[in-house]
Amino acid sequence: MKLHLAIEELHRSEKHLVHVLLGMSDRHKAEHEVFHVTRDLARWSTDHVRDLAAIGQLYGLDLDQETGGEPGALERLQQAASDLFGRRPESGLLLLADLRHLYREASGVSLDWELLAQVAQGARKQDLLKLAERCHPETLRQARWANGKLKEAATQALVS
Amino acid sequence: MPRVDRIAEPWGSRTPYGPGETWPTRVDSYLAGGLTEDDVDRWVQSATILHSNGDGLDIAVKDGRIVGVRGREVDRVNHGRLGPKDLFGWQANNSPDRLTKPLIRENERLVETDWDTAMNAVVGRAKELLEEQGPSAISFYTTGQLFLEEYYTLGLIAHGGIGTNHVDGNTRLCTATAAAALKETFASDGQPGSYTDVDHADVIALYGHNMAETQTVLWTRVLDRLAGQNPPKVICVDPRLTPVARAATVHLAPRPGTNVMLMNALLHEIIRNGWIDRAYVDAHTVGFDELEKQVADYSPEVAAEVCDVPADQIREAARILGSAERLLSTVLQGFYQSHQATAAAVQVNNINVVRGMLGKPGCGVLQMNGQPTAQNTREAGADGDLPAFRNWSNDSHIQELAKVWNIEPMQIPHYAPPTHAMQMFRYAEEGSVRFMYVTATNPAVSLPELERIRAILAQERLFLVVQDIFLSETAHLADVVLPAATWGEKTGTFTNVDRTVHLSEKAVEPPGEARADLDILIDFAHRLGLKDKDGQPLVKWSDPEGAFEGWKECSRGRPCDYSAMTYDKLRGGSGIQWPCTDEHPDGTERIYTDGQFWSEPSYCESYGRDLVTGAPVSETEYKALNPTGNAVIKAAEYLPPHELPSEDYPFQLITGRTLYHFHTRTKTARAPQLQAAAPEVWVEMSASDAADRSFAEGDLLEVSTPRGRVQARLRISGVRPGVLFLPFHYGYWDEPGEHEPAGTEGRAANELTITEWDPASKQPIFKTAAAQATRLESTSGVPSSAPTTTGSRPVTGSVPETRGGTAAEAVETLAAEEIR
Repeated sequence: MKLHLAIEELHRSEKHLVHVLLGMSDRHKAEHEVFHVTRDLARWSTDHVRDLAAIGQLYGLDLDQETGGEPGALERLQQAASDLFGRRPESGLLLLADLRHLYREASGVSLDWELLAQVAQGARKQDLLKLAERCHPETLRQARWANGKLKEAATQALVS
Repeated sequence: MPRVDRIAEPWGSRTPYGPGETWPTRVDSYLAGGLTEDDVDRWVQSATILHSNGDGLDIAVKDGRIVGVRGREVDRVNHGRLGPKDLFGWQANNSPDRLTKPLIRENERLVETDWDTAMNAVVGRAKELLEEQGPSAISFYTTGQLFLEEYYTLGLIAHGGIGTNHVDGNTRLCTATAAAALKETFASDGQPGSYTDVDHADVIALYGHNMAETQTVLWTRVLDRLAGQNPPKVICVDPRLTPVARAATVHLAPRPGTNVMLMNALLHEIIRNGWIDRAYVDAHTVGFDELEKQVADYSPEVAAEVCDVPADQIREAARILGSAERLLSTVLQGFYQSHQATAAAVQVNNINVVRGMLGKPGCGVLQMNGQPTAQNTREAGADGDLPAFRNWSNDSHIQELAKVWNIEPMQIPHYAPPTHAMQMFRYAEEGSVRFMYVTATNPAVSLPELERIRAILAQERLFLVVQDIFLSETAHLADVVLPAATWGEKTGTFTNVDRTVHLSEKAVEPPGEARADLDILIDFAHRLGLKDKDGQPLVKWSDPEGAFEGWKECSRGRPCDYSAMTYDKLRGGSGIQWPCTDEHPDGTERIYTDGQFWSEPSYCESYGRDLVTGAPVSETEYKALNPTGNAVIKAAEYLPPHELPSEDYPFQLITGRTLYHFHTRTKTARAPQLQAAAPEVWVEMSASDAADRSFAEGDLLEVSTPRGRVQARLRISGVRPGVLFLPFHYGYWDEPGEHEPAGTEGRAANELTITEWDPASKQPIFKTAAAQATRLESTSGVPSSAPTTTGSRPVTGSVPETRGGTAAEAVETLAAEEIR
C-alpha cells in the first residue's frame, strides 16, 4: 500500500502552492485584486496542509501543520518594490508569467488530489475520500482563477 | 394649500393606506421666488435625477428659464410626490458656475477655446494613439447620470467603432453588485421586484439600504404603509441607527464586513425550521443542496460572535422572514460597497428564492441602484457589459450585435469580460491606457484612495478629457474640458430600479456654448471617421429619438425589450416598465412570474462567476449546472475582511451618504436649501466610544488610515460602537485647494478608503477600512452641523434641529378624498 506516498506528495505540493500564492501576492501588491485574492486562495491551501497533516498521523506520517504563512521582512520589501515598479507597463508581463506558473502549480495539485481520491477508493478509506471531495473543488477554483485572470490580463499586456 | 418645510420634513405628510390598497396621491411642488402656477409659461415632462427612484415630474419654465418642479400625479412611481433633492436641486442648472465654453490646457493652465479646437485636440490624440498602440490605449469612464440614448451611442462608439474593451461607468461604484447579484441568481440582469410590492408586502427587509435617505419617495410609500391598517413588519440590517432602523421591527447592526456571515445564519435558521417552499425549489431552482450544506455550520451563535449581533435577534429576524407571506427584500450600498459584496447580495436573493417569493404582488427583490440612470448604463452597454444584456462569452450574441451594428463580429472585443473601472485606472497607472474620456462623473472625489487617483489622473502621459457641466475636481486635472448640457436642457429617456422608463424632455436651452452629451459624442464619432462595414457612418442617428429607435432594435427579443415603446407613448401619462413588446404593449409590471427566468444557457446574459475568486464560470460548466433555465441558488462561505482594526487603527471606517446631497455635491451644494441642511463634512462615532475618549459633540477630529487624513467635526450618533462614519460627498471644488487638499489635511472621505474591490462584481469596498480618530481641538458646546433629521441624528446634548425655514417650504396637494 502506497497511501502514505500520495498523502506526503500532496502535503508537499499544497505547501508549495501556499508559497507560490503568497509570493505572487507580495510581488503584485500594486495589482490590488491579485494581492488580495491570492491571499484568500492561500487560506484554502493552508487549511489543506493542516488537514493533510492531521489525517497523515492516522497513516503513520509526521507532517508539518504549518506553512510559515505570515510575510517576513523580505516579503514586505517585495511588496514595497511592487508598489514602486507597478507604474511600469512591464509589470503586466510579470503578472502573466506568475499567473501561468500558478495555473500549472494548481493544476498539479489538482492531479495529486485525483490520485489521492483514486487511492482512497481503491483502499476503501472513507476519511481520505471525504477529504479529497472537500478539498479538491477548492484546488480547481484556484486553477480556474489563475486561468480566468490570465485571459483577462493577457490582451492588455501583450497588445499594448 | 398646505406648505411644508421639506428640509425639516424630508418625507412630507402622511397619506396612510392598507395592504392591497392604492397609494393615495399627493402632489408636491416648489416654485422659486414666490411664483405661483399662474406665472409659469409651460410645464415640460421629465423625471427626477438626483437619486435612482425615477419619480415623474414636470419642469416649470418661465421666460426661458427653469423656475420650479411639480410631481406628476399620474406616475406609477411617485403618485405626485417629490423628495427634497428634487424640489430644490434643479436650481443648480441656473448656477453662474456652469461651464459655457470648452477649455484646453495650455502652459499648465486650462484656458477657454472654441469647439473646433477642443474636439480636434481630443480626436487628434485618439487617432495618434490608435495608430501607435491600438484600441487598448483608449478608455471611457462614464456615469449613471446620462440618458439611455447617450450610453447606447457611447457603447457603440467604444465597443463597435474604436474596438476598445475599456468602457465602464461610475455605476461600478454604485450598482455593479446589484447587476452581479442578479446575474448570479437569475443569469441575467433585470429587476424581479416592482415598487408596488410595497403596497402588498407584509414584511419588508432592507439590507444595507437606508431607503429613507437614498430613495425618499419610496420610503414615503413605506411610511404611509406603516401609518395605515395592518402595517408591514420591517427588518433593517445596518450598522447605523438610520431612519429605517428607527422604524424597524428588528434592527440588526452587524460589524462591517460580516454580511455573509449574518446572511448565512438567517438562511441557516430558515432552512433548519423548514420555512421553505419545497415545491418551488424543486421545480424552479438548482443548487439548493449546496446552500443547505454551506449554511449548516452558520448557527445564530456562530454569527452572533462574528457579527456582534445577539443570537436571539438573528432568530427573531429569521422567524419574521420565514413566516412572511409576502416578502419584499431590498439591498443597497451597505452590502454592495462592503466586503464580499456579491456573495452577500446573492444570499438576499436566496431568501426570496427558497421561500418561493418572486413574481407575485408583494413578493420581490429590489437590488437597488444609486443613480438615476444607472440601469441604462447597464442595459445599453456603457459599463462592463454589452448592450441589451448580451453575453460577452456567447459567440452568437456577439454575431447578433455585430449584425445590429453592421460591423464584423471581430470588431467587438469579447475575448474577456469588459474592463472594469478599477482595472482601467490600474492600466492608466501602469501606462498602457493613455487616453481617458470621462463623462459626467468625478473620480477625483468618488474613487477610493484619492491621492493615488489624483496621481493617475495628473500623469503627463495620460490624455484626460472631461465632459461635464461644472469645473469639477476631475475637470481641474483634464487636458480638455467639454461643457455639457444637463437634465432639462436636452431630451432622452432613463429607467429606474423597477424598470420604469421615463422620457425627459428639453425644457430650456443650455447655457453659453454647452452642448448635449449625445451631440458631443456623435461629433466625436464623425470626426474620428468611424464607419460600419459598408463604409457608412457607424452612428446612424443625429438626435435622441433616432438613438432611441436604434436602441429599440438592439433590445428586441432581449430581456430589456423596449421594442414597442415610443417617445409618444411615454408622453402625457405614467412611465412604462420594460419589457414592452408587441405582446405587452403597456409594459410588464412583474417578471419571473410562475418561476420562468431568462437563465437558459443560450439566452442568458452571464454564466456567473465564482463568488469568492470572481473567476468566470465557463459555458460548459454553466450548461451542466443549469441546462433548462432555472434560478441558480449560489452559496458562499464567509471570509474575514482584508483590513481589520489594529492597535494603531482601532476603528472600522464606513463611508456613506446623506439625504440632502448627491454624489460629489456638484449640483446639491449649488441648491441653497440643500447646502444649508448639510453644509460641511462630519464624522460619526457612538456615544460609548466618544465617552471612552472624552470627546464631545462638535469636537474637531482627525480621522486617519494608512492612506490619508481627514478633518471633520464629531457627531455623536447611533452608529454601532467601533465604527466611524464619514459622508463621501465633500470634496474640494468649493475649497481653496480646488481639486485637492490645500494643506496636509483633506475633507474627502476617500482620502482614507482602501483600493480593494469585490472579485465578483468588481465594486470597490468603501465600508471596511481600519481607522484612527484623534482630537485636534475641542469646541465649547458648538455642535457639528450634520443633519438631525437623518442617520446622523444626534444621541446626546441639545443640538438644534435641522430646519429649512420659509425658503424650504413646498406645496403639498392631497387628493380630494384624502383630505381629512
